[in-house]
Parts: sequence; C-alpha cells; structure tokens
Amino acid sequence: MRYSGFKVIKEALTGHKGWTPQWRDPEPQSHYDFVIIGGGGHGLATAYYLAKEFGESRIAVLEKGWIGGGNVGRNTTIIRSNYLLDGNEPFYEFSLKLWEGLEQDFNYNAMVSQRGILNLVHTDAQRDAARRRGNAMILNGSDAELLDVEGVRKLYPFLNFDNARFPIKGGLLHRRGGTVRHDAVAWGYARGADMRGVDIIQNCEVTGFKIEDGTCLGVETTRGYIGAGKVGVSVAGSSSRVMEKAGMRLPMESHVLQAFVSEGLKPVLPGVITYGAGHFYCSQSDKGGLVFGGDIDGYNSYAQRGNMPVIEDVAEGGISLIPALGRVRLLRAWGGIMDMSMDGSPIIDKTHIDGLYFNGGWCYGGFKATPAAGWCFAHLLKTDTPHDTATAYRFDRFRTGHMIDEKGQGAQPNLH
Amino acid sequence: MIINHPLLGPRDAQEFTYLGDASLISRPDAQDDNAAEKFHDYLYLRDNPAGLHRELWFHESGDRSWLVVTRNTVTHEITDVQLARDVARKEGRSK
Ligand SMILES: Cc1cc2nc3c(=O)[nH]c(=O)nc-3n(C[C@H](O)[C@H](O)[C@H](O)COP(=O)(O)OP(=O)(O)OC[C@H]3O[C@@H](n4cnc5c(N)ncnc54)[C@H](O)[C@@H]3O)c2cc1C
Repeated sequence: MRYSGFKVIKEALTGHKGWTPQWRDPEPQSHYDFVIIGGGGHGLATAYYLAKEFGESRIAVLEKGWIGGGNVGRNTTIIRSNYLLDGNEPFYEFSLKLWEGLEQDFNYNAMVSQRGILNLVHTDAQRDAARRRGNAMILNGSDAELLDVEGVRKLYPFLNFDNARFPIKGGLLHRRGGTVRHDAVAWGYARGADMRGVDIIQNCEVTGFKIEDGTCLGVETTRGYIGAGKVGVSVAGSSSRVMEKAGMRLPMESHVLQAFVSEGLKPVLPGVITYGAGHFYCSQSDKGGLVFGGDIDGYNSYAQRGNMPVIEDVAEGGISLIPALGRVRLLRAWGGIMDMSMDGSPIIDKTHIDGLYFNGGWCYGGFKATPAAGWCFAHLLKTDTPHDTATAYRFDRFRTGHMIDEKGQGAQPNLH
Repeated sequence: MIINHPLLGPRDAQEFTYLGDASLISRPDAQDDNAAEKFHDYLYLRDNPAGLHRELWFHESGDRSWLVVTRNTVTHEITDVQLARDVARKEGRSK
C-alpha cells in the first residue's frame, strides 16, 4: 500500500478501516540468498537496498527482539556530515544526501528535519580547528559556515555568552545537519524491504554459525537452522558477542551511552547545538521535549542503563551553556550499548570466513550513517567489493596502521 | 558503582578512571619472533564479554593505585577488587 495525502483523507472519511500491517510476520524459510543478522536501522537498510538497488529478493533479516528495539530506537536522532578525515567525510556526505531523498524513496514520513547543527567554539584554538574542519567538509561537498559571536547570538540569544571560564567565541554552523524521527527510520526501511519480498523475522536470535572448510553456510537460531548464501552481521553493541560465535575477537569494546529528555516545552531551540567546553548537546523534539546527551559512561557495559555521575556531568554541562535549563524538569533517561571501536570509526568488511560479512563499530554515531551503511553493506554483500565511500572501513587497518582516528586518541575506546 | 578498595575501603567509582581489560597487564615480549602480531592483538583486540570482566581502574582522585576489578558487565555488580601490583606479581612480573 502506498501512503499519500489522498490516502489519509480517504481513510479519515471511511473510518480508518483500510490500513493494513506495515510488514508481514513470516515463518523463517530453510534457506535464503542473504541473511542479515540484526533488525536495527543498519540491518533493515541493508536488506532494503539489497532488494531495491541490487535486485535481490531472497533475503531475511533476523532480529532477536523486535525491530527498532536497539540503538536505532534509543539515539538522539542527530544526522550530520561534518567529519574531518578523508576516510570518513565522503561516506557521511553520501549518507546525508541519501537522507535528503529518503522519505520520497521509501514512501514513509521519517520527519527528516534539516534544522542545522551549531558546534560552539570557546577558544582561539577551537576556532582554528573549526575553520579547518569546515574547509574539509566543503572540499567533500558538504556545507559549513564559521559564525562569529554575533552570528551565534542572533540564532541563540539565550546562551551563556560571557561565562568567565568558557566564553562563546563563535561556532561552526552546518545547515544541512538536523534530526530525524528515529523509529520511523526503522519502520520505513522495514516496510520498504517487506514490500520487496524481504522476510523480517523477529524474536529470532542467532545463536551460532555453521562454518565448514572456512565457509559460512548458515546460522543457528532460536527458531531453527537457516541456510544462507551470504551472512551479514549488523548487531551494533552485540558485535563482539555474535562474532565470538564465529571464533573472532574484534577491535571493539561495548559501552553504555545515556540520553535524556525533558518535559515538553514550547518551541525554544530551533536547531541542534553542541557545547565546545563540556560534553553536552541538545535539540528539541517536535513534541517539545529537549533531547540531550553527553559522554559515554566510560566502562564496558551491556546493561542498557548507566550511572549517576554521567547524568550529573551532562546536567552541569547543560546548565553552564543554557542557564535557563535549570528550571526544566528531566522526564526520562535511558541507555544504549555502543560498539566502540579502537579508533572511533566503523568497519564494513568481509571477514576471513567466506560468506561472512561484518558491519559494526559505529560508536555513538551510527544513526546518521544508517542509509549509507545499509547501501555500502549491501554493495559489499552483493559485489564482494567495498563501495567507493567505504574503502577505508577495513578490519586490517589496525594491523597496517591506517587508523581513522578523528579525535586522535589512540586505541582507547572510552576516549573516542 | 562503589569500588571496595583493598586499602581504603568502599570508594565511589567517580574517583577512578577506567582503562580497560586487565589483560593489558600482560604486555607481549618485544623480542618475540612474531612480536608485531602479538602487539596487534594486545593493543587492538578485546574479549569484550557480557558477564564477568576483569578490568583496570586507576584511583586518580585517591591514592593513585591501579586496581584489578572483577565486575559483571550485564549487572554492573562488582565481585572482587585487588591491587594491580599484587595481580602482576602473581603473574610473575617484578612490579
Ligand atoms: C543514547 C544514544 C544516543 C545516540 N545518538 C546518536 C546521534 O545523535 N546520532 C547518531 O548518528 N548516532 C547516535 N547514536 C548511535 C546509533 O544509535 C547507533 O550507532 C546505530 O543505531 C547502530 O546501528 P543499528 O541501528 O543497526 O543498531 P541497533 O538498533 O542496536 O540494531 C542492532 C540489532 O541487532 C539485534 N541483535 C543483537 N544480537 C543479535 C542476535 N544474536 N541475533 C539477532 N539479532 C541480534 C539487536 O536486538 C538490535 O535490534 C546514539 C546511540 C545511543 C545509545
């Protein structure tokens, strides 16, 4: 069923009896050409593009819980193309371009809102770094504007400009960045994939791989064995646990990242802002809640909930940037498990096992990557070669010294 | 989280900074034939278990000792804390 304004009006007049489920609930078949493990944004996008762009149809997505129950439904919904390094920026620019056409492409309202992202600077050195980053972005086809303090004041007059320790000196504005309704991304890709024949199988946990003579033949699941031509793993924070079943140790640690939402307010914050002197970033959802977050908790965790010190730290950062926040009540806080890689950048690559492919290591920034990660992973699964924008996302870069370390922190996942 | 420091008693985890898997104590021998390969695994690969995890915490705002903490990564429950020095010595290191 195609969605349109006409359809909404027609259903309104006929008692909303014509809506059908957005995807089927099929039983797993015994064999598929492509099995994608993980029904998050990335897994669903991979299946969607395999079907739509690469002409495949015998595809299954296996999800241990319900689709959208992982990080795709837990993130703070920011999309942007403002990376510095060559291995990254062309990929994120490709992703942002896909976001720009996504809703028409999959016929679903994902509320893609390019409301702009402002990264604040508080020192001369930060301004130099922002200028350099802006130039790198522009060279790769993205957009960037360096604002002086008056430019920032015009957009956000209520910020704490004259803080004695961290005065605001300007900011790097990325107008095409913004936010997207995260659940709708999972649902839109799921529906688009299902319409093209992809089986989305929920409550189906992968418990092992069948690997013979160095080739992956299929997966063991809680709903029985499923054979596969090729298997793509896309399980975000569970990457190490799943790949361990194929005998692999990954360059990764799993960490918890928390996010917060306030009570609903009238429109106060038109875009996304990030604090340059503490880890705090904030946007306002269309329901009115302020959505904000900060650092990961910093220790290995699979708990999907964090601890008080980070909550306190984020609140301090928020109030020092926007003093008015002190009057706002916090409504909810939650956590998600991040696949933190050793250089802060992802992996989209084949493994040493034939027929087994991996997409992961997205750290706290994989939501914005969803369309391009799905496209590039589908490209790899179909053609056995990396997509042009994802050639740097290799497993062996740690061995060969070709790390993509945006922050220059070294092999310390909790610092990225 | 509260870390029960072997010398100082229960301390808030906020006083500590976290390094990672306690296997980092066992640095490979740079003279080994395949030292490069061993250092790759040592530096970049992790078990990253869901469950019990032995990990290094540094008491930065305290007595500046390194601890090996055994903690469940699913529940955050801490079941054992030792001085990293003692652990390293037991593994045959001089300090
Ligand atoms: C609080 C928070 C804020 C964030 N903010 C942002 C942001 O503002 N911008 C941004 O770009 N990114 C952000 N991220 C990161 C982003 O959400 C993730 O990088 C991205 O969603 C990961 O890809 P995914 O959607 O496929 O993951 P997930 O949705 O986690 O999908 C993985 C799926 O695999 C399933 N799975 C695991 N094991 C198995 C198994 N054995 N068998 C079958 N299925 C399995 C899981 O149940 C899960 O549904 C944030 C993350 C968090 C937690």
